[in-house]
Amino acid sequence: MKKKLIPYSIILIFLIIFAVFYKSLKDTNIYTPETKINNDIPIFSAELLLSNENSNSTEIFELDKFYLLNIWASWCVPCRDEHPILMSLSKNNKLIIIGMNYKDNKKNAKKFLDELGNPYEKIIVDKNGTNSIEWGAFGVPETFIIYNNKIIKKYIGPLNNELLIEIQKIIK
Amino acid sequence: MIYSVTGHYSLILGLCVGLALVYFSIRNFRNSNQLDTKILTFSFLQLFFVLVSFISLIISFIISDFSNETVFNNSHTTKPLFYKISGTWGNHEGSLLLWLLVLTIFIFIFILRTNNQPIKYKILTVGFQQVIIIGFFLFLIQTSNPFNYLFPVPDEGLGLNPILQDPALAIHPPILYLGYVGSSIIFSSALAATTLKIVSTSWAIHIKKWVLISWIFLTLGILLGSIWAYYELGWGGFWFWDPVENVSLMPWLALTTLLHCILVLERKEILTSWVIILSIATFTLSMCGTFLVRSGILNSVHTFANDPERGLFILVFLFALIFLSLFIFFFFHQTSKNNSSNFFWLSKETSILVNNWFMMYFLSVVLIGTVYPIFLDVISSQKISVGPPFYHKLIAPFLIPFLFAMAIGPRLKWIRSDLKDKIYLISLLIISILISFFIVKNFNTNILINTILISSALYLFFITLRDFFSKKYKNFAQNTAHFGFSLLILSILFNNLFSSEIITNLKVGETYDNSKTKIVFESINQKKEKNYKSIIANFNITNSEGINNNLSPELRIYNQPNITTSEADIKTTLMKDKFIVINLVQNQDYFNVRYQVKPFMLWIWLSVIMISLGGLVSFLQKRI
Repeated sequence: MKKKLIPYSIILIFLIIFAVFYKSLKDTNIYTPETKINNDIPIFSAELLLSNENSNSTEIFELDKFYLLNIWASWCVPCRDEHPILMSLSKNNKLIIIGMNYKDNKKNAKKFLDELGNPYEKIIVDKNGTNSIEWGAFGVPETFIIYNNKIIKKYIGPLNNELLIEIQKIIK
Repeated sequence: MIYSVTGHYSLILGLCVGLALVYFSIRNFRNSNQLDTKILTFSFLQLFFVLVSFISLIISFIISDFSNETVFNNSHTTKPLFYKISGTWGNHEGSLLLWLLVLTIFIFIFILRTNNQPIKYKILTVGFQQVIIIGFFLFLIQTSNPFNYLFPVPDEGLGLNPILQDPALAIHPPILYLGYVGSSIIFSSALAATTLKIVSTSWAIHIKKWVLISWIFLTLGILLGSIWAYYELGWGGFWFWDPVENVSLMPWLALTTLLHCILVLERKEILTSWVIILSIATFTLSMCGTFLVRSGILNSVHTFANDPERGLFILVFLFALIFLSLFIFFFFHQTSKNNSSNFFWLSKETSILVNNWFMMYFLSVVLIGTVYPIFLDVISSQKISVGPPFYHKLIAPFLIPFLFAMAIGPRLKWIRSDLKDKIYLISLLIISILISFFIVKNFNTNILINTILISSALYLFFITLRDFFSKKYKNFAQNTAHFGFSLLILSILFNNLFSSEIITNLKVGETYDNSKTKIVFESINQKKEKNYKSIIANFNITNSEGINNNLSPELRIYNQPNITTSEADIKTTLMKDKFIVINLVQNQDYFNVRYQVKPFMLWIWLSVIMISLGGLVSFLQKRI
């Protein structure tokens, strides 16, 4: 009996692996926003990019206002693509756009904004990337919509015109 | 048109021959006084049909026959002839046809060249191999037929992905496939030998050649892919721990371990279970790689098309093979009495066993890093990606004892040994520690671990270097490979430690200047080629020693498909590479410039070539 245990358990393990692979074949691998939205935003304090002051989450995010937090970096190519969309969103005064500068060089980040314009009200510096992890980000660019200190929507990857319309609907 | 028809029907004929071969093998196996000549004839016939089919596909590509769907999807009339031909295997269907071609070539050579083994074993290996070949035939004809007909016939094709239009990449797949497919021969023959209970010294000597062949090709295949990634993807790295790179590294690790076990088995009948399991693992890992890459579970440049049906076929086929081999292993294999437990602690056997466990550890790290995200996604629908830090942290510390074992192990004798010239070994150790300390001291990063890592690699380096000149030490092949490995680790470490990078945005005529490097963006030229337009930027770079270099990176805007690629300009010298790449900044006249100085790049490539050279020497060597 003991001798047969090893073969059976190995076969069982392989069956499990088969099942997992089989299921992952059926899933699409297009990134979908996580279902666990409606979470409270993380509490943090961090340096701000342009003013070189320190600030914290309660100062930045006030109640009863819509915020858009955008994680970006000057080295990130898709960030350049979505930048015009952020610029057009920044004209909407119902929405306050906060940037989070992810693992970037300050000089390059400023140059990026000089080139393409600055849609952000405030920019949080996330030099080592830990803040972004607390927000549950997977990479850059990523965008969160925040209302009453809660994340109500999350977009992974660059924003596009469809999402622009969706965001405009949300803040209405 | 005619070529597509020819190709298609010869594929079907090849499949029929495969079925006939299975029948002949079974008949011959029952009554096995001598090898049925039909087996050889039919194997040749099968090879012939696959070859005809492959050549038809190449011709369809050359004459740009867009009635063929594969040609339409992957070629274009303006493409240079060289890339028309290499485009044949630069896509899913064609690459599988190439795979099939190599499979049939290898089994044919196997039948021809295997002379001093039992007839039954030969027949059984052919049988198992035909199961694999038939599986691939079905896969090809069912889900990825390269000869699908298109009507109405389009005037122009869609073009080959520009980043695949590269000489290194034209030969990377064939070389890698030779390695992968070679492992299929090892797989079938290990299964055959297990069934017949002839896993023995003489079998080991026979299979060693095949292990070496696939190992050499696999090593070179990985190297070519890495070189390509270095200058074409424009990130300036040579290994990214991308899942697709990992799936080629895993069979390599398994195969390397197998090679070492075979070296033991050809002298003593021990480690038989290791050999069988590793033979199975190497091939199933190769197949698993094909599955992961082709099914679209992992996304990368290697993912040709996301078709779940294909993924399902490979998955079922892969697991059928795994269960078949598990069944054979547990049912037929009996571990011999003189098992691995009673080795003397200081002997070559023990050191190879130590090597095995280290390799298995590295293999599991890579395996977990690659597969775990998929599991996590399925089980908890969380998306994570495992990056280089995971691998570096888990692998680097274990490299240290591994390197020491690599230095000491080969000096030990079989069965029982004691270390001679201890003073010499210890003094070399001290020298290596001192040297590496002086190298690392100037850098305030992680002195301890870097010093130990470099000194262990240096230690192996010195010992193998000295053994080249020592007369009493004869194993040239092993020494070359180990020396190459120490050089590889050293180059990688130095490359990591001493690389520097400047990223900036520049306009034509602007100058970037920090205290060490001055980059002058001198001018821009435009050029028009047959299948792309290119923008060539000219930079003049002066470093702190006053050495002046002109570098001209390029942006290529391909017409079919319309994709922009950046071609890095790399100035390679013996000690360091200067690497510059530009990117467009949208709607601006700025260019994003990335300049890197990467020491010892050339040595990384050279050392891998040296490692495979060690394999080649061993392959050509007559057994003493």
